[in-house]
Amino acid sequence: MLDMSRPLSHLPAAPGVGYKPQHFNDILANAQPVEWLEIHAENYMGDGGRPLAQLRHLAERFAISVHGVGLSIGGEGRLDAAHLARLKTLCDWLQPASFSEHLAWSTHDSHFLNDLLPLPYTDATLTRVADHIDEVQNTLGRPMLLENPSSYLAFDESTYCETEFLAELTRRTACGLLLDVNNVFISATNLRLDPRAYIDAFPLDRVGEIHLGGHDEDHDDHGAPLLIDSHGREVADPVWALLDYTLAQTGPRPVLIEWDANVPNWPLLAAEARRAAKALAKVPA
Amino acid sequence: MSVTQDSFHAALLGATQPVPKGLSDGAGHPAGRRFDVYRNNVAASLTDALEVGFPAVQSLIGHDRFKTVAGQFLRTHPPDTPMLMQYGGAFPAFLEGFQPLAHIGYLADVARLEQAQRQAYHAADAAPVRPDQIATIPPKALGDAIITLAPALQVIQSAWPVHAIWRYATEQGAPKPPAVAQDVLITRPEFDPVLTVLPAGGAAFIAALHSGAPFATALEKASYAAPGFALQTMLAVLLHQNAITDIITTE
Repeated sequence: MLDMSRPLSHLPAAPGVGYKPQHFNDILANAQPVEWLEIHAENYMGDGGRPLAQLRHLAERFAISVHGVGLSIGGEGRLDAAHLARLKTLCDWLQPASFSEHLAWSTHDSHFLNDLLPLPYTDATLTRVADHIDEVQNTLGRPMLLENPSSYLAFDESTYCETEFLAELTRRTACGLLLDVNNVFISATNLRLDPRAYIDAFPLDRVGEIHLGGHDEDHDDHGAPLLIDSHGREVADPVWALLDYTLAQTGPRPVLIEWDANVPNWPLLAAEARRAAKALAKVPA
Repeated sequence: MSVTQDSFHAALLGATQPVPKGLSDGAGHPAGRRFDVYRNNVAASLTDALEVGFPAVQSLIGHDRFKTVAGQFLRTHPPDTPMLMQYGGAFPAFLEGFQPLAHIGYLADVARLEQAQRQAYHAADAAPVRPDQIATIPPKALGDAIITLAPALQVIQSAWPVHAIWRYATEQGAPKPPAVAQDVLITRPEFDPVLTVLPAGGAAFIAALHSGAPFATALEKASYAAPGFALQTMLAVLLHQNAITDIITTE
């Protein structure tokens, strides 16, 4: 049985960034103000070579968060046992400060679609996802953080709102949550919700990590704004404001900058991390 | 009305399939082009993964044609694992059967060469033997010795000048490919794969070692495939590129 009294994450309540190999030398020279790094688990499932060598090196100096993007926790089928075993191998040797995955599905009929696909919030989904989270936590022998998605559409069949759904999942599985503030802003804009009301309703005591990232702007068929989670630019100002609003309620938490497309040079990424450091500094511990 | 992942999946990969019913914008309108965000994410991210894996193929056929081929490939051959570093194993064979590009006979072999480099990049680490170690083995014992090759080592055999074509596609100012067949050895001295054109008989030599045959047998097979097989050259390449990880003698 998983020991649920264990902390949700061992990451410092400080800025972190998503690790990109092109920043390896910059990070070793001077990572300030970045105190921890997040990796996408699937990029470190090879047998050897530079990716693993770099990771071993970084893990000696930084707390590492392992962030899975391919487990398909919301999938209708069973979890991919081989993939879960690979995650276990990675977590066992690396002993990361945190492990997180998404409230989404990405694999169907053994096809991996490489996107975080949406789920209807129903009792059936709740039961299935809770079972999958139990399986992950029991296999890895550690609690996991589950991340809220960015939504472009809604399911007519949903009977829970997202915050209720996540709260019920944490209650059933004792998992923690990864609150992606950019995703909250995207979903709220796209589905005409109030982002602050979403934060107010979120089970904030379960938040082990916060994500920030950039988004793109588009429009739907009716000319309504449609924000797209691209991770390809700076964090937008209203998302920084929503971070302030969130931190005022949660107190300091580990805050990550995600920048996965059009990867910037290190000084630009470090500048984003400095902005996160400033936001954290405003919050009483 | 429940939207199954089966119907979602079918509509994602089939651009002409209708958007599943039961999805909306949250204000009562059908999802419409909001669904296309997911379609675009799937197609664009998998196309990106193929571009990362096959830059020489892309350079040879051009960006637009590559996008078209990748779009067809990813719909018929989506990844079967979340490890995208492995995505594209079936791409060379797909290119071989892809009619609009059938006139570029060498394309599939270039793709094989790129896929092999990616495998070498992620292959297991293994400590190499010192280059002088083989000299310390008595000639009598060498014949029976079993030589273990590094996990990263790969060989691509081609009826085309595949190494020269790959260089021409990826290197500014590389010479025009000569009209010869080339077998290519891929090694990983440290972290970056290195490509070397094999001497005649080299592929037979390495295949024999890979199958566990002793040194003398491998040499015999190489000499049979290519009389005058350049053993010294072959050994120097393997040793200096850290491609031999063990030499097991019976003495």
